[in-house]
Amino acid sequence: MTRQSFLRNSSCAVIVAALGVSALTMMGRANGQGNDFAQQQRGRYLAAVGDCAACHTAENGAMLAGGRPIETPFGIIYSPNITPDTETGIGSWTSDQFYHAMHDGIAADGSHLYPAFPYPWFTKATRDDIDSLYAYLRTVPAAKYRRPDNTFPWPLNDRTAMIGWNKLYFTPGTFRPDPKQSAQWNRGAYLVEGLGHCGACHTPKNVFGADKSSEAFQGSDIQHWFAPDLTGDKLSGLGSWSQQDIAKFLKTGKTDRTVAYGPMAEVVERSTSKMSDDDLTAIAVYLKSLSAAGSDSASSGSAANQSSFGATLYADACSACHQKNGEGVPGLFPSLKGDAVVQSAKPTTVIRLILNGGQAAGTKASPTMPGMPAFGWKLSDDQIAAVATYVRGAWGNKAASVSASDVSDLRKALKDASSAN
Amino acid sequence: MARKLPSTDVVLVGFGWTGAIMGQQLTDAGLDVLAIERGSWRDTPTDFAPTFIQDELRYRYRGHLFEETARETVTFRNSADQEALPMRKLGSFLPGTGVGGSIVHWNGQTFRFLPYDFEIRTQTLARYGQTMVPDDLTIQDWGVTYDELEPYFTEFEALTGISGQAGNINGQKQPGGNPFEGKRSKPYPTPPMKQTYGPTLFAQAAKAEGMSPFPCPSANMSQAYTNPLGVTLGPCTYCGFCEKFACGNYSKASAQTTIIPVLMKKKNFTLRTECDVIKINLDSTGKRAVSVTYVDAQGEEYEQPADLIVVCSYITHNVHLLMTSGIGTQYDPQTGKGTLGKNYCYQLTPSVDVFFDDKILNPFVGAGALGMIVDDWNGDNFDHTGLGFIHGGYIGGYMTTGRPIETEMVPEGTPKWGKKWKQAFVKNYLTSMALALMGSTMPNRANYLDLDPTYRDVYGNPLMRMTYDFKQNDLKMQDFAMGKMTQIAQAMKPREIKKSPRGPHYDIDPYQSTHNTGGAIMGANPQESVLNRYLQHWDVPNLFVMGAGAFPHNSGYNPTETVSALALWSANAIRNTYLKNPGPLVQA
Repeated sequence: MTRQSFLRNSSCAVIVAALGVSALTMMGRANGQGNDFAQQQRGRYLAAVGDCAACHTAENGAMLAGGRPIETPFGIIYSPNITPDTETGIGSWTSDQFYHAMHDGIAADGSHLYPAFPYPWFTKATRDDIDSLYAYLRTVPAAKYRRPDNTFPWPLNDRTAMIGWNKLYFTPGTFRPDPKQSAQWNRGAYLVEGLGHCGACHTPKNVFGADKSSEAFQGSDIQHWFAPDLTGDKLSGLGSWSQQDIAKFLKTGKTDRTVAYGPMAEVVERSTSKMSDDDLTAIAVYLKSLSAAGSDSASSGSAANQSSFGATLYADACSACHQKNGEGVPGLFPSLKGDAVVQSAKPTTVIRLILNGGQAAGTKASPTMPGMPAFGWKLSDDQIAAVATYVRGAWGNKAASVSASDVSDLRKALKDASSAN
Repeated sequence: MARKLPSTDVVLVGFGWTGAIMGQQLTDAGLDVLAIERGSWRDTPTDFAPTFIQDELRYRYRGHLFEETARETVTFRNSADQEALPMRKLGSFLPGTGVGGSIVHWNGQTFRFLPYDFEIRTQTLARYGQTMVPDDLTIQDWGVTYDELEPYFTEFEALTGISGQAGNINGQKQPGGNPFEGKRSKPYPTPPMKQTYGPTLFAQAAKAEGMSPFPCPSANMSQAYTNPLGVTLGPCTYCGFCEKFACGNYSKASAQTTIIPVLMKKKNFTLRTECDVIKINLDSTGKRAVSVTYVDAQGEEYEQPADLIVVCSYITHNVHLLMTSGIGTQYDPQTGKGTLGKNYCYQLTPSVDVFFDDKILNPFVGAGALGMIVDDWNGDNFDHTGLGFIHGGYIGGYMTTGRPIETEMVPEGTPKWGKKWKQAFVKNYLTSMALALMGSTMPNRANYLDLDPTYRDVYGNPLMRMTYDFKQNDLKMQDFAMGKMTQIAQAMKPREIKKSPRGPHYDIDPYQSTHNTGGAIMGANPQESVLNRYLQHWDVPNLFVMGAGAFPHNSGYNPTETVSALALWSANAIRNTYLKNPGPLVQA
C-alpha cells in the first residue's frame, strides 16, 4: 500500500498534461538558484516531510520519475516525472514556476493541476522552503520517463474544470503563524497543514473531493481504509494519546499500544521516521491542541451488542496475538482495548484488516514488522461482522456494531479495486 | 556456459540461520554481502500465518517446509558392504528449504554443549585412559574450547531471547538450573516457560530419584522480548505446533523473528532466491575460491565471483558442495586418510512412554521446548568407569505437542489399527506422555559420507552417500540411559510404561531428529579436519563452512546453540582478524 493510492477522494492531478509539448515551450534550462548544499539538504528533508516519493516514485521505477497509478473515483491518473530531465521531467522549470505549481496549482505551461497533487496544503509552505525543495529536486538523477495518459472522462479530462474547483474550494496563501500560540505549536501547525498534508487523508472530503474544512482532521474513509480522527476525541481520536505517544508513533511506527499499518505504515517508513525529534514533538503539540469534534464519542458512544458468537471467534482466531484481555503485546500486537481505529465511527479499517490483513511499519528504531494475517478467505461475512462487533464493544470499547453487509460491501469493493489494478 | 556476474565482497551459500547470522555480522563490518538461496522468500504474515500454519497434513505429512527429494537427496546404507539406495521420501531427518532454512521448523530446545565436548579426546584419555578410546572411536578435540565460545553462546541467547533458568553463573551454582552446565557469564534473557502437569510429574520423580531436573532452555518465548537488534518476539501461546511447523505468532526464535527484519533493510545486503549453488570454483592454484556457480529457476547458469565465500546451507548440502566442487580430500574408511566426509554422526533417541489412569496431562497444551530436563547422564557428568562407553545424553520429560495425527500414545500390545487401536488411543490421549533421550553418538571409523557412484541429483551431480550405523559405544550408552529413563518413569507411578529403544541398526525411515553432524569437521590440524578452529577451510582460506557439519562428534543435546555460537565465533574472527589480512587464521 502506498500513500499515493488513497488520494482518490481529492479529485486528481498531474503536474503537466503533455510533457513533451511543455518542454518545448519552456524557456530552456533555467536554474536560477546556485548550488547551495545547505539549501539542498533542507530540501531533501522537506521532500521527506512532504513524502514526495509516495506518489512520484513508481514501484521499481527511478526515483521521483513518476508513473505511479493513482486510483480515483474519476479514473486512474499517473504521477508525473519530477526529476530534472528537461524533456520528460521538470528540468526546464524555473524556481518561480515550481513555486507557482506548489503555491497555486498551476503548472509551468499555465495548465491547471488536479488537486490529487495536494497544492491546497502545499500552498501554505514558505517560498524559502519551496525553493529548498526545488534546489533538492535538481540534485536527483534525471530520468527519462513519460507517464501513461490519465483515464479521466470528459469533462474532467479538461483541466480548465479546475478553475471552477479552485474558486470554490481553494484559497492560496502561505501559513500565517498564530501569535497567541507558541513557536512550537506554530511549527507543528505549519508542518501538519502544509507540506505534511495530513488532512489529505485525515480530513473528510465532499463529493468534489475537496476538504470539508469544518470537519478538519476528523477522520475520513479513503481508498477502503479509514484514516482515523486526529482530534482530541478520547475514543476514536488522539484524546488518550500523550504528546510523547504521538511523537514516538511517528518516529518508530509503534507505541506501547499500537503499530502503524496500511497506508500510515508507509508514511511512517518513508516520511515521519526521517523527521527530526523537534519537528515530531511540534506536530504532537499541534495535534494535541485539536479539540474533539462536537460531542466526544467517549460520552456519547454506546458499546455494540456483544454476542457469544463474536467472543468465541475472538478467542479462537484473535486472542493468541491480541490476548484474551485485548491488550496485545507492546511493540508487536496492537491493543484493541481502547484503540482509536477499532472504535472509529466508520469500521472500514477494522473490517479491512480482518479481511485482508496488513503489515506494520518497520523503522530503524523499531525494525519488527509484525503482520496481521488475512482472514477473508477463512471467515464468512457473518463471522467477521460478529468478531468486529465484539472488539468494538469489549473491554470498555464503545463503538457501533458491524453488520454482515458492511463486510460484504467492503469485501466486494476490495476485490473490485484489486482486479482493476 | 555460465554467465559471469559482477563480483561482490561476500557470497553466502544458503540463507537459513547461519546465513542470517553471517549476513548480519558481515554487513555490519561494511562488506557487500550477497546471499544465494535455493528456496523462496518466506515471511511470517504471508507464509506462516496462524490462519493456516497449524495444518498437520500439509506440514508434517506433506512436508511443505522441507526440502524436496526430487531435487536433492542422499543415498543410504548401514555399512560399506551394502549398496546404498536413494531416500526418495524424507524420513529420519527433515532439512528445510527456503529463506530461514530449517530453523523455521525447529522445536526450540536450546542447549550449550558441555566443556567436555570440545576437549573430548583429551579429557577422556586423562580420566579413563586409552582403553576407553578404542581405535575405531575417532573422537577428537574441536580445536576450540567452551571458554572461548562462552561469549558467543551468550550473544546467541541475547539475539534469540532464550527462556531458561541458569545453573551456573560465573561458577556460582544457581538453584533450579542445570548444575552440570559450563559456567555462563549471564543468566538467560527471559525466565523459563511455565511447566504443565506432565513435565512437573517428571521433574518430581527425577528429583525423588536423586537427579537434578531443570526447565528446558527454550526458544519459544516465555514472555515478549526485544533483542539487541531491536526486533521483538511475542509470548508463546503453547499451541504445540513447533517442530515441523513455522510459528505464526512471532514466538519462536528464527531468522525471520530475530535478524531478517533488520538485515533486509541494509543497502549492502542482497538476497537472491530460487537460485541453487552447485559448485564452488577455485583458481588454478586450488588455494583460492573465486566464485560460485548457481542455477536459477529458469535453468540458467550463472557464475558469481566473490572475495569471500561462506557456505551456510544444511550440513548434508555443505558437505556435498565441497565434494562436488572437489575441495579437500575424501575420507577413506580403509586407510583412515582424508578428512572430507569423516566423523558423520547422528543421535540416539529412544523413549519410554508412561500411561496414567488418574492424571490428566492435556497434551494439546504444549510447546517445542516445554519440558523438564535431567542432565545427570550426559557427557562426562557421571563416572563412566567400567561402563564400556563414553558420553551419554539428556533425558527430557517434554510436552511438545498433542497434535492429533502425529500423537499416538498407545500401550504395548495395542493393535496397529482398528477398533481396539481407536479405543486405546482415546483412553490414553489425555493421560500419557513420553520420556525421551537426546542421546549422543560417537564418531566411528566406519561411518562417513562420500559421493554415490550410481545415483545423481537433478543437475547431474552424484548424490551424497551416507554410510552409517549405530556402533557399540552408542548402543551401550543407550542401554544405560534406558535404565535411567525407566527408573524415572517408574518413579512417576504410572499404570504402565512402554519402552521403545532404537536400533540395534540405524533405521533412516522413521523420524528421529534433524541433528546430523560431521563430514566437514573442525579441528586442530589439517590431517584430522576439514576446517580450522574458525570454520575456515584449511586448504582454501577464503572459504568458511558453517553448521553442524563442523562438529567432530554429536553430543547429547540439540545442536542449534552450538552451531550458532560457532558461527558468531567465526564471524568475529573474520571481522577482527581475517579482513585485516586475508589468509589462513591458523598456520597448518
